[in-house]
Amino acid sequence: MTQNIVEIDNLSFGYKNRTLHKGISMSFPRGKVVAIMGGSGSGKTTLLRLIGGQFKPSAGEVRVDGQVVHQQNREGIYKLRRRMGMLFQQGALFTDLSVYDNVAFPMRELTDLPESMIHDLVLMKLNAVGLRGAHSLMPTELSGGMARRVALARAIALDPDIMMYDEPFAGLDPISMAVICDLIRTLNDALGITSIVVTHDVEETFSFADYIYFVADGVVAAEGRPEDLRQSTLPFIHQFVHGEKDGPVPFHYPAADYKLDLLG
Amino acid sequence: MDRTTIDLWVGIFVALGVAALLGLAMKVGNLTTSNIGETYMVEAAFENIGGLKPRAPVKSAGVVVGRVEGIRFDTVTYEAIVSLNVDKSYQFPADTFANIYTAGLLGEQYIGLEAGGDEEVLKNGDKIAHTQDAVVLEKMISQFLYNKASEPAPATAVPAESTKTEDDALTENPLDDLVN
Amino acid sequence: MIRSKILIRLVRSLSKLGSDFIDKVWRLGAGARLFGLMLISSGESFRRFRLVVREVYFTGVMSLVIISVSAFFVGMVLALQGYNTLQKYGSSEAIGVLVALALVRELGPVVTALLFAGRAGTAITAEIGLMKATEQLAAMEMMAVSPISRVIAPRFWAGVIALPILAALFSMIGILGGYLVAVPLIGVDSGAFWSQMQANVDWQFDIVNGVIKSIVFGVACTIIALFEGYDAPPTAEGVSRATTRTVVTSSLVVLALDFVLTSFMIV
Repeated sequence: MTQNIVEIDNLSFGYKNRTLHKGISMSFPRGKVVAIMGGSGSGKTTLLRLIGGQFKPSAGEVRVDGQVVHQQNREGIYKLRRRMGMLFQQGALFTDLSVYDNVAFPMRELTDLPESMIHDLVLMKLNAVGLRGAHSLMPTELSGGMARRVALARAIALDPDIMMYDEPFAGLDPISMAVICDLIRTLNDALGITSIVVTHDVEETFSFADYIYFVADGVVAAEGRPEDLRQSTLPFIHQFVHGEKDGPVPFHYPAADYKLDLLG
Repeated sequence: MDRTTIDLWVGIFVALGVAALLGLAMKVGNLTTSNIGETYMVEAAFENIGGLKPRAPVKSAGVVVGRVEGIRFDTVTYEAIVSLNVDKSYQFPADTFANIYTAGLLGEQYIGLEAGGDEEVLKNGDKIAHTQDAVVLEKMISQFLYNKASEPAPATAVPAESTKTEDDALTENPLDDLVN
Repeated sequence: MIRSKILIRLVRSLSKLGSDFIDKVWRLGAGARLFGLMLISSGESFRRFRLVVREVYFTGVMSLVIISVSAFFVGMVLALQGYNTLQKYGSSEAIGVLVALALVRELGPVVTALLFAGRAGTAITAEIGLMKATEQLAAMEMMAVSPISRVIAPRFWAGVIALPILAALFSMIGILGGYLVAVPLIGVDSGAFWSQMQANVDWQFDIVNGVIKSIVFGVACTIIALFEGYDAPPTAEGVSRATTRTVVTSSLVVLALDFVLTSFMIV
């Protein structure tokens, strides 16, 4: 039993002709909440997909509990995924199923539990996210924040060892944000899960994460505990943490000389 | 949508489909009358089959008793060999006569079986010895013209028939000529 | 100068042709791959037949109304048109044969498949495309549930079951529509209508062949709808384009397949 449940080792990955990651290494210790931060389009979400084995890295490897993900066959990957839960950006609830059936979905598909036990488990999971009363609603009747919480209940339905959150705060009002924020920390501590949170919301992340990685230009630009990073003098971190519009990440997309463009 | 409602509707749907298929088979198609039962195959050789096609009906006294299974050409005798599937419940004498007829003037061609008087019956794989070819329209017309040309021209312009009364035509039996 | 411009345009249109061709071949291959994967992972659909039953409801039962109404009108039009022509040759009692053969052999399977592509096929494409766009398929994948065996395969088998049933209903309802026009309206003898039909419609070569056609069309229409949805770019525009492509491709494939199948069936 290694101390790090997930390890990313010198990983490179790219779509067709665009390299996204150039040798990234990260480690995620058991029972901790680790955040991956970075600007939009820096390949954070893709990292989660790589951990889940949906993509194959072009170099390097991802190890989950000591097993190299991309070397597994289909069965092996599915076995690993049963130990992971993932919260998608928009929740990704099954729109043709009710809230109850959504949470019951992984139990019905992957276990042989009797329906009576599934009933109890579903209500317990929904209670944990505070939506036991909404079990008969359809996903279209939920607000964004509620949908996110139902998706969270579904993700923890089979008590995963690893929880991955893809932009859990995107597009939420401050109250929903605080609720999700609190849930991530409580679930992590109560269930002994390891949490990987991909986000770009600075304040929330700094408040609950144990460790933070910054990704920029395909490499880990900085890493450390929140309190250390807040003091960081690295220009990129400073710009990101304090939300300055110009700095190492320029305001302007690379362009030809302004005067030349205008006057020809 | 409730589970039982879906089940009910799908049940109705499938039942409707089966009913439609049964309706097609019984009411529209000839499943009830066609050779779904056991059949036996006999062959018949013709010098000319005209426009006979596979699956053409085989009739006896106007009743469909079978279908044409296949047609092939015999390179030894230079004849067309027609294989017929005949319903097992209809037995025909061994000296049965097979003709190729045309339904109506220009209709499809079919095979007519005329029973002979033999004690023996046709069995699977037997060959019908007595056959009569299809009537080819061109042949008939050219023969008719040839006969007309060889006939001596009538003395008067008025055709002989026109002088006959209607009663004459009715009492006259065309077979009399053959008997005499 | 002008010559070089023409040359450039020629090269550009040739390379467009080339890339279009490669794209088409690629899509054909990807579609075949999905079909193969789907067949391999169909076990789940039969072990849990409830999944298929649910989809039969959405593809089959929901198409009942459009199929029945169209069939009724097609049958009536066939009878009207057929009578108009047949009576010139004094064979108006053959109208039953005409209506029945036209429906059972061709119009039943083909028109049903075309309507199916428009009604159920587009629904399938839009549903799968939206499930992909809203990451529902990815979520399933991350839950270690294969979307191909859980989402694609049941819909495929439902389509293959539903289309022949719909086609049989289409033929039957069409014949009834033709009967209503021919017998009570025009005054063709009812006995002649049915007896001529029965004498000339063959169970195996007309009805069974029609059913075979509709099964083949069911496979083609459903797999095209599923592939277009599964392959759609996860955007609103992508899904809407995929839906259009489903109708266009299905219709063309059905008509082309109809020609091929008919040429095999008519000896």
